[in-house]
Amino acid sequence: MKLRAASAIGFILLSLVTVIFVSCQSDAEVEFQRYYSNGGAIYQARCQNCHGAHGEGLQALIPPLNDTTYIKTNKPALACYIKNGMKGKIVILSRHFEGEMPASDLAPVELASVLSYISNSFGNKLGIVKSEQVEENLKGCK
Amino acid sequence: MKNFIGAIAIILLWNACKFNGDHKTLPILGKKQAVTKTVDGKTTTDTVYQTIPAFKYINQYGDSITDKRLDGNIYVADFFFTTCPSICPVMHRNMLNVYNAFKDTTGFKIISYSIDPQHDSVPVLKKYADKLGIAGNTWWLLQGTKNETYQLAKNYLVSVQEKNPAGEYIHDGYFILIDKQKRIRGTYEGTDPKEVNRLIDDIKTLKAEPGETKVQ
Ligand code: HEC
Repeated sequence: MKLRAASAIGFILLSLVTVIFVSCQSDAEVEFQRYYSNGGAIYQARCQNCHGAHGEGLQALIPPLNDTTYIKTNKPALACYIKNGMKGKIVILSRHFEGEMPASDLAPVELASVLSYISNSFGNKLGIVKSEQVEENLKGCK
Repeated sequence: MKNFIGAIAIILLWNACKFNGDHKTLPILGKKQAVTKTVDGKTTTDTVYQTIPAFKYINQYGDSITDKRLDGNIYVADFFFTTCPSICPVMHRNMLNVYNAFKDTTGFKIISYSIDPQHDSVPVLKKYADKLGIAGNTWWLLQGTKNETYQLAKNYLVSVQEKNPAGEYIHDGYFILIDKQKRIRGTYEGTDPKEVNRLIDDIKTLKAEPGETKVQ
């Protein structure tokens, strides 16, 4: 009987710790999770057909999104590419691509979400991309 | 009680296995017609199934391709266009699995009809084929006339339509399996990898079908 009581107390304690831990998840973490999961849904609906469920692309027709160097170095330009479309030669993982991505009608917050998703999937780990930052980047579109 | 459940489980399993046995045959789809013939005073009734009619196209190598070139072949058909922003990339990502499974098989072909022949000329189709990583004569990308293609699509039970105001073509993503007698033996949602695995299984079944010899 004692053992039961002890394990019950243990269970309650553990639950408490979990609750505290979860609620202590920082606001930043929550914000990231929101962007990331919204971005995942947008990716599935608007990008996955072309770029693939694992960001693998399609042969030499559509470039992959798993070249961490490319995504990292071009991060400020990505919002422009996705909003206005992209055309011309690019090199990704030493493979050459010359295709055309159509423009999209995504709002800045949606662009931020989908960028947060791809920047933290397929091997990328670049942290959150916020809506304000996207709006800033869009001003610099060529 | 335990025995009872066990017995049911065995019956269920046994039945499930029956479906996967060697005797699975694919259905014959499309319109059917009963044709009654009288030969030597004997009247017989045959079922005549819908078949793919004659057609004439050009492939990515600039070769003329008619239905005759597919005589004696099992083939899979789909409808696409090279600049398709929506379902075609995923269709052809999945079709590559079919291609890789059967590219060294004689008597098997894949044909993709372009529904945008104005843009998808022979050089455009060739470039697309190269980028897709396909070579040889297993998978043909075909350019024809728009009218013919739209009519032909109906015979494959596929729906394609003119460009909508947004400049997109609305079309089905089905893969259609055709037997050596040019009858429709299966339709598969080309955007769904599971459906495409079913297609790969069905091609194996069809290849093994004893009746799969040219009649007439
Ligand atoms: C119709 C197919 C298509 C769709 C849909 C599409 N893309 Fe692209 N995307 C491409 C092609 C093709 C290129 C390369 C363009 C070029 O060669 O200049 C590209 C390039 C890119 C690039 C830069 C190159 C790379 O591989 O990193 C990124 C990032 C990108 N796309 C992200 C997205 C995101 C996010 C979406 C969804 C909002 C999306 N794309 C939707 C076809 C597509």
